[in-house]
Amino acid sequence: MRISRDRVSSLLVIAPSVLAIAIFVYGLIIWTGYISTVKWDTLRPDYTSVGIANYQAIFAQNRFLMDIRNTVVFTIFFIATSLTIGLTLANLVDRQIRSEGVFRNIYVFPMAVSFIVTGVVWKWILSPGQAAYGGTPAQPQGLNQLFGLDPASNRWLTDAHVVYIAKDSPVYGILHDIGLGFITSPNIGIPIALLSIVLAAVWQMSGFVMVLYLAGLRAIPEELKEAARVDGCTEWRIFRHIVFPLLTPITLSAMIILGHISLKIYDLTVAMSGSGPGFATDTPALFMWQTAFRDDSFGRGAAVAIIMLVLVAGIVVPYLVWNRRQETPA
Amino acid sequence: MSRKTKRKPTDAPVEPSPAVAAAAAAPEPPARGAALSDVLAARKIDPLDLVLVTDEEEERTRIRVRPDSGSRGAHSRGPRARMMRLLLYAILFVFALWYLTPIYVLLVTSLKPSSAVRLDQMWTLPWPPSLDGFVSAWNALGPNFMNSLKLAIPAAIISSMLGSMNGYVLAKWKFRGADTLFTLILFGMFIPYQAILIPLTQVMSNVGLYGSIQGLILVHVIYGIPITTLIFRNYYAAIPTELLEAAKVDGAGFMRIYRSILLPLSASGFVVVLIWQFNSVWNDFLFAATLTTQPNWPMTVALNNLAGSFAVDWNVQMAGALLAAMPTLLIFIILGRYFVRGLLAGSLKG
Repeated sequence: MRISRDRVSSLLVIAPSVLAIAIFVYGLIIWTGYISTVKWDTLRPDYTSVGIANYQAIFAQNRFLMDIRNTVVFTIFFIATSLTIGLTLANLVDRQIRSEGVFRNIYVFPMAVSFIVTGVVWKWILSPGQAAYGGTPAQPQGLNQLFGLDPASNRWLTDAHVVYIAKDSPVYGILHDIGLGFITSPNIGIPIALLSIVLAAVWQMSGFVMVLYLAGLRAIPEELKEAARVDGCTEWRIFRHIVFPLLTPITLSAMIILGHISLKIYDLTVAMSGSGPGFATDTPALFMWQTAFRDDSFGRGAAVAIIMLVLVAGIVVPYLVWNRRQETPA
Repeated sequence: MSRKTKRKPTDAPVEPSPAVAAAAAAPEPPARGAALSDVLAARKIDPLDLVLVTDEEEERTRIRVRPDSGSRGAHSRGPRARMMRLLLYAILFVFALWYLTPIYVLLVTSLKPSSAVRLDQMWTLPWPPSLDGFVSAWNALGPNFMNSLKLAIPAAIISSMLGSMNGYVLAKWKFRGADTLFTLILFGMFIPYQAILIPLTQVMSNVGLYGSIQGLILVHVIYGIPITTLIFRNYYAAIPTELLEAAKVDGAGFMRIYRSILLPLSASGFVVVLIWQFNSVWNDFLFAATLTTQPNWPMTVALNNLAGSFAVDWNVQMAGALLAAMPTLLIFIILGRYFVRGLLAGSLKG
């Protein structure tokens, strides 16, 4: 078989990138996997094998369990809120409004700002004010001042409360009866401070979801809706039974993208609150960084990183495979 | 301007669309999920265009895409419809206020003198305005601002050139397993970088690039390969292969075709990728915080450090945040449509 010169050129052109990805993505992932099984807990690398001890040590840490809880809570609230706001805005903007471009740009611009800037500003807005630090009289700040709220009871980012299903709640008994009693554990609640982070993250990402939905909405032929209208469908039924199902691929893409962002969220929490009160706003990414690069416990840090990778791969790999199937129909 | 010429049917390949290209490549309509792109392809619509039309063009686009929706609205203008319309604008306005709140806070706080930055004054206008905050912020962060420029500009340029070449090969010189390889490359875009961070610091110190801006440029170029390749691959996929075949018959080789056919058609692709990469490198925190040391810190790390210090006044912090946001915000204001195009290219299916 003769290979043309052009073919060789094309392979030579792409070779450096393939090599770089092979080494810096796959190679380093394997290396991280290896580090997660060695002792390395000081600045100097120590490759004494410890098996799965690093993983055991992590799961034995309360902080990591809090991180898992926070990730689940953050992901659910972040995705649900961003999708709702994005879809709502797309539907509103798609109604032939005046100055559409102005509204659209106002909704999307936060995407151009870094999470650090977002965090710095929202931290200033979402701090409760002086009372939180024991000052008297209570000196409200940010939203508390804007809406006249009492800083002592609205502590936003500094709120250490975790809402969970208490014994006297009617749901408590039901959950225990159907074998889901573990959900009522105080460790599985919703940390209030984390919702402030969700607020800032939604501020940043919901415009992006709107753009995705807007592209989808504008691709739906008007005749389809018109036909339904002729058949006497209400606008809501048209949305529910025609528009929304056609938007399914977009909803799925948005969920994957938002989901993998929330599993990796780091900058925003660093800038806003760090670990927060009682690890209320701690995340696996923050835990990983501090374990490895602050405490020099690289073995354990690598173990956290591998767990994060597995979680992200769990949602991204099926997505990539689905994507490829769509592209090359069998 | 390019957006004017872009509507002409003759330069359709100049603005190729992933969705259209994907659907065009599929001879038979694949099942369920792809319905949307089929519809788009059948109607020759680039979904991105629909989102990105500028205000002057909106009327025309509406006429083209939604021929009968306008008349429907006109028929049903009762008092109830007018109320609904008012409500619609009210909701849009409230959302706009919410998105602009942080910008308001940034502006009013950064323009106050330190003495006026008191909690009970947080929402008041800065009168008289003062540039003290900006002067102090620039004194503290100016060198880091320059670092970010020295970092983001070369990284964006190198990334886009690399992405363009890769995209050309993966779209037009497909070899066996090229699509699988592409998927494997794409995975690199989604990984949590924590999963490579520890060995990456080892590699960077071993090659003597740890702590330097050059090292950080290299890192951003490498981890930018997936997204830049993705955008260019989809972009080039929409350029008719016949064009290339004709050039081949005329004796043009691999590089010649790239230089004389692809590259001249790539301008808006480059703008999209340059903006995307500049944006992500400028806004990156994780790599910068891990791989650089103080004099080489880019803006994000320096700002986070400044904001974490209780000794720094809030007006200075907000002025610093505004400085950090300025370049990418300016790009968004000037070249917003390309920015959004990048957002979509990075998320819609390839």
